[in-house]
Amino acid sequence: MENILLLAHTEADGSLGKAGLEALATALELGGAVTVGFVGAATDAAAGQIASCGAARFLAVTGDAFGQPRYTTDAAAAEALCRAADCQIVIAAGTSRWARALPGVAYRLGGRVDTHATGLALSNGAPAVTRWFYRQRMEAVLSRTQRPWVVLLDPGCVAPWTGVPGAPGTAGTATVEAVSVQLPATRTTVMGYRAPKADEQTIRPDAKVLLVAGAGWTKKQADGAVHAAEAEQLILGFLRKAQASLGGSKSVVDLSGEGEAVLHCMTHMNQIGQTGSTPRHAKGLSTCCHGEEPHVVGWRFVNQRRAINLDDACGWARGKADVLYVADAFEVMRHVNAMLEA
Amino acid sequence: MSTPFQIVVCGSFVPDPLQTLEPVTGPAGPSLKNEMMLPAVLDPWAGHALFEAANLARQTPGSKVWLVSLGAKAKLQQVMMTVAQKAPFELVALDGPASGFTDSFETAAALAAAIEGIAGLDRAKLLLFGGWESASRGAGSTMQMVAERLGITEQFQGVDQISVSDDGSFEVLERVEGGRHQVSVCTAPPALLGWATGNLPEPRNNPQVGMANMRTVMPALQRAKAAPIGNAGLAFSGVTLPKQQRQTRIVKNMPAPEIAREIIAWMGEE
Repeated sequence: MENILLLAHTEADGSLGKAGLEALATALELGGAVTVGFVGAATDAAAGQIASCGAARFLAVTGDAFGQPRYTTDAAAAEALCRAADCQIVIAAGTSRWARALPGVAYRLGGRVDTHATGLALSNGAPAVTRWFYRQRMEAVLSRTQRPWVVLLDPGCVAPWTGVPGAPGTAGTATVEAVSVQLPATRTTVMGYRAPKADEQTIRPDAKVLLVAGAGWTKKQADGAVHAAEAEQLILGFLRKAQASLGGSKSVVDLSGEGEAVLHCMTHMNQIGQTGSTPRHAKGLSTCCHGEEPHVVGWRFVNQRRAINLDDACGWARGKADVLYVADAFEVMRHVNAMLEA
Repeated sequence: MSTPFQIVVCGSFVPDPLQTLEPVTGPAGPSLKNEMMLPAVLDPWAGHALFEAANLARQTPGSKVWLVSLGAKAKLQQVMMTVAQKAPFELVALDGPASGFTDSFETAAALAAAIEGIAGLDRAKLLLFGGWESASRGAGSTMQMVAERLGITEQFQGVDQISVSDDGSFEVLERVEGGRHQVSVCTAPPALLGWATGNLPEPRNNPQVGMANMRTVMPALQRAKAAPIGNAGLAFSGVTLPKQQRQTRIVKNMPAPEIAREIIAWMGEE
C-alpha cells in the first residue's frame, strides 16, 4: 500500500473533530504508512488526542493565521504539508474548510482530487473511492493512476477512530515536526459566523432524527384555511423537544420567492433532495411531502424512514418509507408534541 | 458605488431532475442511457450563480457578465433558449461533454483556457462565479482549479450572499457546518465565488433580454471550440443505481394519538 497523508484541521477548541477522526479511521484501515498533517492555531491538543493511533509521523503548520478557515492560508498550509510528507494518497474529511481548499492544492501538486467519497478501500491492491453521482442517484467505484490523489471523505460514513483497542480514547504526547510556511498574501479577513435568517437553530447535523417538512404544511387544510403560523409552531416545537434537525423540500423553501404563505423557520439551508443536501441521520420523519425521485435523494442516507401523509398512494412514501401513516400531520404532530412535553 | 466588475460565470446543463436516470457503460466509460435525448436544464447552482451575477452587474453600473458553458453544442443551444431570457450575458461556448463522469481537472483546464481567451477581460476586476458543485458530477472541485489556473487565490465556496461596499471591498457569506454562515471580507477582486442557492428567486422570463442575448448566443454557439475532455488515469469499476425498495407498511384509520405514541416509541428505539 502507498503512503498516506491524513490532513486534519483543528476545531475552534484545538481538538480534532469527529469528521477528522472518521478520516483517520479510514486512513488507518487502508494499511499504508500514515502521516498526519495538522493545520491550526495550535495543534498540540489534537496531536495528543491521536498520539497512539500508530501514525508514522506527525507534521503541523501552526500559527494564528492558520486558525481561521480561509482559502489562501489553508491552501498554503496543506500544500506545504503535502510536499513535506511526500505521500501518494492524501485523505481529509469533507468539511467546508477542506472542501474549499484542497481541490486547488491538488492542482498545485499536479495531482487529482475526488470529493464526497463515501468509502475508500483497497480493490485489487489499489485504493478505490466510492462516491455518488447525479446528486446521489447512482453510485460509482473509481480509481486513479495520478498521484498525489486527494480524497475528501463525506462525514458520517464510517465510525470515528476512538483509540487503540483495549485502551479506548488514550491521549498521549506525540512528537510533532513543525512545517514552516511563508504566510501568503491575502485580501480576505474572516470576520466571524452568522446564523441564518431563522428564529432558532434548526439544522443539527448530529441529531438522531430528521424532520422533513413539505409544502403541504402551507396549503389549505380541511377547514379551507391556511395555517402556516400553527405549522411553524408545531415544527419548531417538535425540533425543540426532540432535538431534531429540519429538512425541507424544494417546493417549501422556494415558497418565499413566490409570494405564498411561508414557514419562516425554513431557509434554503434546510433544503434536502435533488438540489439540496443529503444529510445523514439515523431516522427520518417526513410530513406533508409529495413527489418522486428528486426528493427521495434527500432520504438516501437516512436509515429508518416514516412518513405522515393524507395520500396513501403517495409516490414519495411508497417503497421509500418503512411506514406511511395516512393521517393529518397537523393533528398527529399536535399529539406528538404534547406527549414529548409530558 | 464601487468600480465595475467583470463577472465570468461557469455553468452548464444537467438532465432535468424529474427524469429517471440510468447509467450505461461503453468503451469510453460510463454515461447516461439516452443522454442526448434527456431534457436538460441549466445546472441549479450555476443558475443561482448566473442570477446573482446579473443582479450584481445591475447594481454596479459598467459591469458585464459572461457565461462560459461546456456542453454538447446542440444541447447548449436548447438550454440557452430558456436561460437567455433570464439574465443579460455574453455566452462563451465550448463544445464538449457535460457528463457527470468527466474529470473535474480536465474540465477546469478547458474552462480556464476559454476564460483566458475572452477578449478585453480585465483580470483585476474579475469575479469568477460558478456553482459550489454541479448536479451531475457534484465534485465541488472544478471551480477551485479553474481559479488556480487563472491565478485567483481569494476563493469562497457555498456562497449565499455578496454585499459590495463603496470602497470596492465585498462581504461574502459562505455556508459552513451546523447551518451557519462564515462571514469574510475581501478587499478587492479578483476572487472566486462558488455559489450555493443565494437569496434570489429565479428571474421571470424576459423576452427582451432573450432577444438581446440571442444576438450573441447563436454566433457563440457557431464558433464554439471543440473541447474533448478525456478521463486520463481515471477508471470506473462500476456504476450502479441503488436498488433498495422498501416494504412500506401503510397505516390507515389509526387515531392520531396512537400514531403519535407509535412515532415517539420509534424515536426512542436504538
